[in-house]
Amino acid sequence: MTNSSTQICVVIGASHAGVNFAFSLRKEGWEGSIILFDKQTAIPYHRPPLSKTYLTSGDDAKDKNVLKSHESYTKENITLQLGVSVKTIHREAKKITLSDGTLQQYDKLVIATGARPLIPDIKGINNAINIFTLRTIKDSEAIRNAIKKGGIKSALIIGGGYIGLEIAASLKKMDISVTVLERENRILDRVTTQNLSTFFKDLHTNNGVVIDTKKNVISIETHDNVNTVICDDGTRYNSDMIVLGVGIRVNTELAQEAGIAIENGIKVSAASQTSDKAIYAIGDCTYHHNPHYNRFVRLESVQNAIDQAKVAAASICGKMAIYDAIPWFWSDQYDVKLQIVGLFSNYNEVIVRKETGENKKLSIWYFNDKELLAVEAVNNAKAYVLGTKFIKGRKEINKTNLRDVSLTLSPSNLLLP
Amino acid sequence: MAKITFITSDNKTTVLEGSSGSVMQLAVDNNINGIDGDCGGVCSCATCHVHVHPDHFEKTGMPSDIENDMLELDDHVNAYSRLCCQIEINEALDGLVLTVAK
Ligand SMILES: Cc1cc2nc3c(=O)[nH]c(=O)nc-3n(C[C@H](O)[C@H](O)[C@H](O)COP(=O)(O)OP(=O)(O)OC[C@H]3O[C@@H](n4cnc5c(N)ncnc54)[C@H](O)[C@@H]3O)c2cc1C
Ligand code: FES
Repeated sequence: MTNSSTQICVVIGASHAGVNFAFSLRKEGWEGSIILFDKQTAIPYHRPPLSKTYLTSGDDAKDKNVLKSHESYTKENITLQLGVSVKTIHREAKKITLSDGTLQQYDKLVIATGARPLIPDIKGINNAINIFTLRTIKDSEAIRNAIKKGGIKSALIIGGGYIGLEIAASLKKMDISVTVLERENRILDRVTTQNLSTFFKDLHTNNGVVIDTKKNVISIETHDNVNTVICDDGTRYNSDMIVLGVGIRVNTELAQEAGIAIENGIKVSAASQTSDKAIYAIGDCTYHHNPHYNRFVRLESVQNAIDQAKVAAASICGKMAIYDAIPWFWSDQYDVKLQIVGLFSNYNEVIVRKETGENKKLSIWYFNDKELLAVEAVNNAKAYVLGTKFIKGRKEINKTNLRDVSLTLSPSNLLLP
Repeated sequence: MAKITFITSDNKTTVLEGSSGSVMQLAVDNNINGIDGDCGGVCSCATCHVHVHPDHFEKTGMPSDIENDMLELDDHVNAYSRLCCQIEINEALDGLVLTVAK
């Protein structure tokens, strides 16, 4: 790379994508300035624990949760500007306007603005008390503090996705009585198939969480510190606390107003470049092509944030870089660890494997004819790791052996010669 | 306080001191090459793979079942492999030498 020492790379959003990008860019040899802006004031942190261990464990978990220490930014000469929000991108001038009105010049700009919780259009939602969303560390602390203050005995989670279910498990651990309301026929409807939905429904039910499906919330009435949530079938639920987990909205406005191409997110190339060659986008805010599955996707995962960050960093440093990752994801609820690899849509066959004698060890294998597309592994890291290898290598699986739980999970048992 | 030595794939040796938290956090906070800690230390990503010096394996102990499963098919696994997010720092680790896996 030539002459990058006088160049400025500006990153909007300092979370999993933005922070990993900044460090990767240094590693790739960028000699110019790197400036990260985030409107939040907290030092960038891991988000997955916010609904899991961070929610239940308290302030002593704070240090554990930090993505990178202050010193590591200093060491790599990365400028972290917190509490500053970016208002406008001026593409012709290659400048951005900050919340205090000042302008910041850039040579390369990276948009890593992620997403925000979707606030559903429910009558009375603005007057409800102890109502929360969960995306930031402040949100997680607010939920925990409300419980610490006392007086909260029951919580309603609106939305049975991964985050909603993780919050349910955490609140249960904190001795709150929890009900999850899901609009569809089953929880996790958007992200998995019946098999895993049923597993998690049973898991939560056995742990004392009430899961009610086909419940479309239409209004909330609040009197005397109690919220009454009303569904379109007339059912009513009283609760001291409400947590909304109905999905996200991608933060694309900044890019859109600047005239950057948007399609279900900020549209990026295989190198994570937007329709403007000087501007890249990474993480939750992007809509991108996955070469392995040959389709466009928008993913909400740490894996995607980090892998796109690395690709963008390499590309900006003049290297050939193509985003070609097999998506992976995890979720921890109670004593259960779920690990997912691959994208299951387009499947036409599912093999469900329950290991004998071993509590809750389950794996769900998705195929399109001969091709293994995805594996969902419950307390079964071996299935996850094998699945990853097989999917990457497009290996053909011996399905008869896979169904036979008397045979252990191993390449020699599972691969066709 | 425990002094822990990291040897990275470029043969660089870094000695760090820690008193609490996991070995992965210590490494990430000090930008040790090859230890990313992508999942934040919940045994989900295997980006914190190290080889414990054979003489020190007693200090760290054996990997858990899930750790073993995560490592088993790794191209660089050996008998002294650990995911270092699963190693909590304490005095007993003083003098530990770790080689960061490729
Ligand atoms: C509670 C919870 C649990 C999760 N659990 C898991 C899990 O178990 N596994 C997993 O893989 N993923 C999980 N995820 C998803 C994962 O956290 C996201 O995929 C990841 O955070 C995406 O990173 P990002 O950097 O793209 O976006 P974000 O994390 O959303 O960060 C975007 C940042 O941009 C900033 N920003 C936005 N606009 C501006 C602006 N105009 N000016 C300045 N700053 C701006 C925001 O303040 C924010 O800090 C979880 C998410 C949540 C909320
Ligand atoms: S940090 Fe992810 S497995 Fe250790």
